[in-house]
Amino acid sequence: MLAYLLRSLTQATLVMLAVAFIAFSMFRYVGDPVASIVGQDATLKDRQELAESLGLNDPFPLQFARFLGNAVQGDFGVSYRQGRPVADLLIERLPATIELAVLSAIVALGLGLVLGIYAALNRKGVIANIVMSLSLIGVSLPTFLIGIGLIFLFSVYLRWLPSFGRGDVVAFGWWTTGLLTDSGRKSLIMPVITLGFFQLTLIMRLVRAEMLEVMRTEYIKFARARGLSDGSVHFRHALRNAMVPVITITGLQLGSIIAFAIVTETVFNWPGLGALFVRSVEVVDIPVMAAYLMFVGLVFVVVNLIVDMLYFLVDPRLRGGATVPAR
Amino acid sequence: MGQHIMSDAVISVRNLQVEFVTRRATLRAIDGVSFDIAKGEVLGVVGESGAGKSVTGAAIIGLIEPPGRISGGEILLNGRRIDNLPPDEMRKIRGRKVAMIFQDPLTSLNPLFRVGEQLIETIRTHLPMNERQARDRAIELLTEVGIPAPEKRIDGYPHEFSGGMRQRVVIALALCAEPDFIVADEPTTALDVSVQAQIISLIKKLGRERGMAVMLVTHDMGVIAETADRVAVMYAGRVAEIGPVRDVVQRPMHPYAKGLMGAIPTLEAATDRLVQIPGSMPRLSSIPRGCAFNPRCGEAFARCFVDQPVPLPVQGRHVACHLYETMEAVR
Repeated sequence: MLAYLLRSLTQATLVMLAVAFIAFSMFRYVGDPVASIVGQDATLKDRQELAESLGLNDPFPLQFARFLGNAVQGDFGVSYRQGRPVADLLIERLPATIELAVLSAIVALGLGLVLGIYAALNRKGVIANIVMSLSLIGVSLPTFLIGIGLIFLFSVYLRWLPSFGRGDVVAFGWWTTGLLTDSGRKSLIMPVITLGFFQLTLIMRLVRAEMLEVMRTEYIKFARARGLSDGSVHFRHALRNAMVPVITITGLQLGSIIAFAIVTETVFNWPGLGALFVRSVEVVDIPVMAAYLMFVGLVFVVVNLIVDMLYFLVDPRLRGGATVPAR
Repeated sequence: MGQHIMSDAVISVRNLQVEFVTRRATLRAIDGVSFDIAKGEVLGVVGESGAGKSVTGAAIIGLIEPPGRISGGEILLNGRRIDNLPPDEMRKIRGRKVAMIFQDPLTSLNPLFRVGEQLIETIRTHLPMNERQARDRAIELLTEVGIPAPEKRIDGYPHEFSGGMRQRVVIALALCAEPDFIVADEPTTALDVSVQAQIISLIKKLGRERGMAVMLVTHDMGVIAETADRVAVMYAGRVAEIGPVRDVVQRPMHPYAKGLMGAIPTLEAATDRLVQIPGSMPRLSSIPRGCAFNPRCGEAFARCFVDQPVPLPVQGRHVACHLYETMEAVR
C-alpha cells in the first residue's frame, strides 16, 4: 500500500515539476517581463535596475527555483494588466468554476451511470435504444452549440432562464455560491447541462459497453449457475468489474470538466477561471496564463492520484504488489 | 426414446432438442438426446467440439441464452420436470439442486471478491444461515475440496490461488448447497497435466460420497475411462452410443465411437500411426440427411443416407446405427 502510494505521489510530483517548468519558461521567455511592466519611456537604466530587482539576471536554475518556491506558497506574481496578485484573481474566480464543474460532474456521473446500466441490462428495449441514439448527439455536438441552442430555447424563446452570469451569489469568507438564491440556481441550470452533457453521454456509453463486456465473462455465467439473484449478479458482480475501466476514463473526464470549462464559461459569460483565462490570452497577460496552466496541471494530477487510490480500493490484484501467487 | 427409465434417476433427459435461431436459419444444436444419470453415478460425455456436449449441460441447468432455446423434449430432476419452469423457480433450483463447474478456473471466479465472500453469498442465497454459520460452512467446504489452511485462504482473492487450487474453489462453490446433480464442463482442460488427475479424483470422490449424479463433459478419453460409470458418445447434437464405460471404451460399436477410441494413443501400439477419422464434423447448418456421420463412415450403406438412426439397445448399451438394428432383431 505504502509503496503504491509513494510511487503515485512521486509520479505526481514529477508531472507537476514538468508543468511548472513549462509555465516558468512561458512566464520568463514569452515576451519581455520588464517591457510589460514599465512604460515605453523608461530609460535603459530603469529597465536594468528593474531586471536586477526582479532577479532576471540570475542564472536560470536559480530563477526556476525561486519561481517554484513562490508557486508553492501560492505566489504567481502580479497580473500585467490588472496590477493585482495573480493568486487573488484566481481565488476570486475559483468558486464559480468549482461550483459549475462539481455540479456538472455529479449530473454527468449520476445520470451516466444509471442510464448506462439501464441501457446495458435492457439492451433490446425501446427506451434503451432511444437513449443510446440521443447520446450520439451528446457525443458529436460541440459544446458551444448545445449552449447556444439552450440559450435560444430557454432564454430567448421561452424566457425561463437567464442567459448569462451567475445571478445573485452568497459569500462565505472567500467562497461564493449561487446555490442559495433563486436567481443563482436558475443561472446554474443551463451551464451545468452544457458542461456536463458530453461527459454524461460518454460515461453512459462507456458504462454500457463495459457492462455488456463483463456480462459475457465466465464468472458472470458461473454466478448465474450458482443461482445468485439477478440483482446480485448485475449490481454486485458485474457492475464492480465494469467500474475498473470506467474509473480511469471518468476521472480524466472530470478533470477536464474543471480544467476546460472555458467554452461553457465563455458562452454563458460565467465569471470563472475559464473566462479569466480567455481574457488573459486576449491581452497577453502571461503571469495569469502561467498560473492557469499550473492550476490545470494540478487538477489533473490530483484527479489521477484519486483514480489511483480508487483502483487500489476496487481491484485487489493491485494490492498484492509483487507477491507471487501462493501455490 | 427407446431407453428404459431408471427408477433412481436423479436427472432424466428425454428427447431433448435445443435450437439456435439466427437470422438465416434455425440451427438444431441438440437433436433428440436422451439419457439418465442415477444417484452417485458419473456419466462421461465425449465428442468433438461442437457435438453438443456443453449445450446439453447448459440446457439441464437452465442456462441456454438467447438466441438459443429448448425446443423439444423434457428434463426431469428427481422425476419433476424442470425445463419449463419460470425463470425465478429455475433460479432457486440452480445452485441448490443442480450445479455446474466451468472449464477455466482462471476466469470462473470473480477477481474482485474474496473467495470467502463468493462462497458465503452463494451459501446464504440457498440456505437459511447467518454470516457466521455460512463462513463456517465455507471453511468446511474448502477443507473438503482439499485447500490447505482454509481458515486463512478463505480471505484470499482468486488471483492468490494457483490454477488447480482455483478449480477446487470452483468445486466448493458448486457444492455450497449440496446439489443432487452437477455438470462438470471440461473441468481439467485448462489445468496442468499433473493437477488434472487430482481434480478428477476429487470430483469422483465427492460424487460418490455425497451420492451426487455427475455429468462429466470432456475431450479426454483417459479421464472418462478412469472416472465415468457410463459414457455417452455425442456426434452432431445426437447420442451415437451410450453404455457402460468398459463396453463402450474397449469394444465400441458405433463406427464413430470406434474411430474415437482408436484415436487414443496406447503405449503398446506406440509405433503405429494413430487412427484418424477422415473429414470433420458437419456444421450445424449442413447436417446431412439420414445419419449425421454418413460422409465420414467407412461402413455406411444406402439406408444411412435416408433414415436417421435412433439409439436402440445392443449388447448392454444403446447404439444409434443402422448396422446393428438387424442384429438385435435376429436375436
